[in-house]
Amino acid sequence: MENTCSQTPEQDALITERQHSIVTTGNTKTSINCTDDSLAGSVSQRACVFCGARVVLNPVTDAVHLVHGPIGCAAYTYDIRGSLSSGSEMYRRSFSTDMKEKDVIFGGEKKLAACLAELAEKHHPPAIFVYSTCVSGMIGDDIVAVCKEASLTYDIDVIPVESSGFISGNKIVGYRAAGEALLRLITPKEGEVIEKTRKLNFLGEYNLGGEKWVVERYLREIGIEINVAFTGDSTVKALKKAPGSCLNIVQCTGSMHWVANQMYEAFGIPYLDVNFFGAENTAESLRKIAAFYDDPEISARTEALIEREMQAVKDVNEKYRKSLEGKRAAIYVGGAFKAFAIIRQLTELGMEIVLTGTQTGKKTEYERMGSLLNEGTVIIDDANPAEIEKFLIEKKVDVMAGGVKERFLAYKLGVGFIDHNHDRKDGLIGFEGAIRFTKEVYATTCSPVWKYVRHEYGETDQ
Amino acid sequence: MLDCTPKGPVDTHKTGTINPIKTCQPLGAMYAALGIHGCLPHSHGSQGCCAYHRMALTRHFRDPAMASSSSFTEGASVFGGAGNLKTSIKNVFAIYNPDIIAVHTTCLSETIGDDLPTIIKQSEIPEGKYVIHANTPSYHGSHITGFSNMCKGIVSYLAESDGNPKKEQLNIFPGFVNPGDMREVQRIVTEMGIPSIMYPDTTDVMDSPLLKTYEMYPSGGAKIEDIRDSGNSKLTLALGAWSSAEAAAILQDKCGVPGVPLKLPIGVKATDALIMAVKDGFGVDVPASLEIERGQVIDTMIDTHFHYQGKTVAVFGDPDLVIALTEFLITLGMIPKYVITGTNGKNFEKIINEMLEEAGIEGSKVKAEGDLFDLHEWIKEESVDLLMGNSHGKYIARAEDIPLVRVGFPISDRAVHPLMPVTGYRGCLRLIEMISNTLLDRRDRDAADEDYELVL
Repeated sequence: MENTCSQTPEQDALITERQHSIVTTGNTKTSINCTDDSLAGSVSQRACVFCGARVVLNPVTDAVHLVHGPIGCAAYTYDIRGSLSSGSEMYRRSFSTDMKEKDVIFGGEKKLAACLAELAEKHHPPAIFVYSTCVSGMIGDDIVAVCKEASLTYDIDVIPVESSGFISGNKIVGYRAAGEALLRLITPKEGEVIEKTRKLNFLGEYNLGGEKWVVERYLREIGIEINVAFTGDSTVKALKKAPGSCLNIVQCTGSMHWVANQMYEAFGIPYLDVNFFGAENTAESLRKIAAFYDDPEISARTEALIEREMQAVKDVNEKYRKSLEGKRAAIYVGGAFKAFAIIRQLTELGMEIVLTGTQTGKKTEYERMGSLLNEGTVIIDDANPAEIEKFLIEKKVDVMAGGVKERFLAYKLGVGFIDHNHDRKDGLIGFEGAIRFTKEVYATTCSPVWKYVRHEYGETDQ
Repeated sequence: MLDCTPKGPVDTHKTGTINPIKTCQPLGAMYAALGIHGCLPHSHGSQGCCAYHRMALTRHFRDPAMASSSSFTEGASVFGGAGNLKTSIKNVFAIYNPDIIAVHTTCLSETIGDDLPTIIKQSEIPEGKYVIHANTPSYHGSHITGFSNMCKGIVSYLAESDGNPKKEQLNIFPGFVNPGDMREVQRIVTEMGIPSIMYPDTTDVMDSPLLKTYEMYPSGGAKIEDIRDSGNSKLTLALGAWSSAEAAAILQDKCGVPGVPLKLPIGVKATDALIMAVKDGFGVDVPASLEIERGQVIDTMIDTHFHYQGKTVAVFGDPDLVIALTEFLITLGMIPKYVITGTNGKNFEKIINEMLEEAGIEGSKVKAEGDLFDLHEWIKEESVDLLMGNSHGKYIARAEDIPLVRVGFPISDRAVHPLMPVTGYRGCLRLIEMISNTLLDRRDRDAADEDYELVL
């Protein structure tokens, strides 16, 4: 394909107006602008506070997740996340108060109370999370009071999540709202004692495509049990035992660092950052955890597992490396934690990262990202499609890793694509995930379909 | 998944919605706006809405859905969004260079009461460019209401009459359907030799081909000058009462173009009605080519009728689609046992009930403003042979072991559907193929060894 950019010189000029949000490693002196609000009028790939709260809490499988607002907020988050459950499927239902005009005018508290009554009486969930949205926040519904009353009446946890979309243009604020709701759920009632155990909590793991189960298997093999994950495949009952753990491991730092800190303060549980995406990261993380337990048997089993699994990864990577070496890759994902992992994995395959970016990265994270990349790599905060298009073409990208909104843009530009977000159906975690990732990168980068895209009508050869 | 639907006697919930068959207005407005050539839809609210709508459209159409956002934060929410919208308009024209921006409101900007016409008037709009708007609060109606409201906005802002006698051309408001359906309706009208203006027209926008270069504004979509000229047309056909009727009424008031309300042309009767409306409106004959197509449908119906005759079916989705589809299913001799839409509107139940009554079908349940929880409870009480609706139906299909034919919006787990019509005679053939083959696949799957047959 003769990749001509659809932009005019004026548009190029305007992209330079965002120059502080776009840096090139090696030759840009200024540090990147990030965590700002998006420019009004941009085609942002970012979502909202409600979205942040919803993705963090939704995998609590046996809870009812009630969205207090007009139908849209519930409809767009109706079973879209791909978090798997080993038990209840309650969380995959879409509950909404479905606010109407008269609720907006007269207040939605009565309707919320009626919904809570019906849900509690008919569905008997162990907990109900009530999410506020733009409208319920704007008209000032006191969801805290309504939840408290319902909680007392029905003797279950009814937990408000203050996630009105307009509070911020950054979904990290929603992560915090979800974190607050989780802490509220797990804090023991007065006089209640949670027994301390040798188990660990796995924070920032959402069991997409069964990813939690993979790590659980590794840990079990080396002799360590997961108490509960926050929140992949978790139940309300299991979450309430969280204060009894001896360690928190934190994977998605964006969503769970704050929770980990709070749990350290409140329950004295230390935490370790881990990252199970990519074989090297997985090995490092397992070693870190084993070191925490300081048990020679655990360490020995850890090394045996790593040796066995690394060999399998190596065999696969060697097979595909030939085809992938030197191919150019772009990464645009929600948070930096995921970007780090993908950079490492693609680099291990001999690929060159020419563009990376995130929706919600922090300054320190971008600095670290820069240090992982070759000179001349473009780093973008809060990219819009025009920028992604421009750099995919300019940098002659072969494959992109991103989320659903980037997928079809990449395809239209003749670029292979690998989803590392909500549309995933197969886990990418651990050693087996690393193998799957390699195979998927190969499948999309080297698909025969691109031959037809990049050629003139009727031409069939390379 | 549906172990959570309570067992026991049917007692549908009285408050709120569980598992919606609808979504909110701005999504429909965004889809309608994408049907104007060179248009960038703009969501006036916080970023989340815009991201969700783009994601939902992208998942269904498997094409990029571009739209910008006013990126509200707390400041805009307290002091009003006028500043954000003016800045957005300036930035959008500068950065993305569309011919037209179609602004729709969200819950948030509606609740704070932003006055869009005034803000737009006060904005800097480059020469030759347009900004139009629609009010689309999500706490009223559904995505279909939003689609209709943006269609009204397009007519109000753009259609004009030059006062001369009307031209021999036809306006078509296609309703909330796939580009493949719009293309099929255009083909039928072209086949009859009548020039037509369709808007919104998402062909070559949401089913855009992959050519040598990528364009942010694909070649498709209704051209602004054509939309303007629609005020000079002789006739408007409004396909689907929920999504098109009001826009046609406004065009009639504004420019004196008579609007004829029709069902979505799904099924033989509704397609006949479309063709007859064109025939009567322009005094042309129905070409032999269309007679042949119709004959093929009838022939196929005869070849296949025993596969589906008397089978019960549950249909859910958007009202215009469900009404037309129910009519076709009755034509096929099937029994629409449960018919449900998420969108409001009292007429829905009345129209369906009249159709059922006329066909002598008793004991069916019909509901507007219902949800999939309602439908599932009904099915648990008494099952059906076939389910027809969007991808969300797959869980009921699995839990209750009923085959599913995917039709409507959103379809997020299958490909190609946006390009394939369910409208027109070709759509009839496709629907018959899907219904028959789904039931036959089921029969093959369930057959005991001794009943497994080559010829069915």
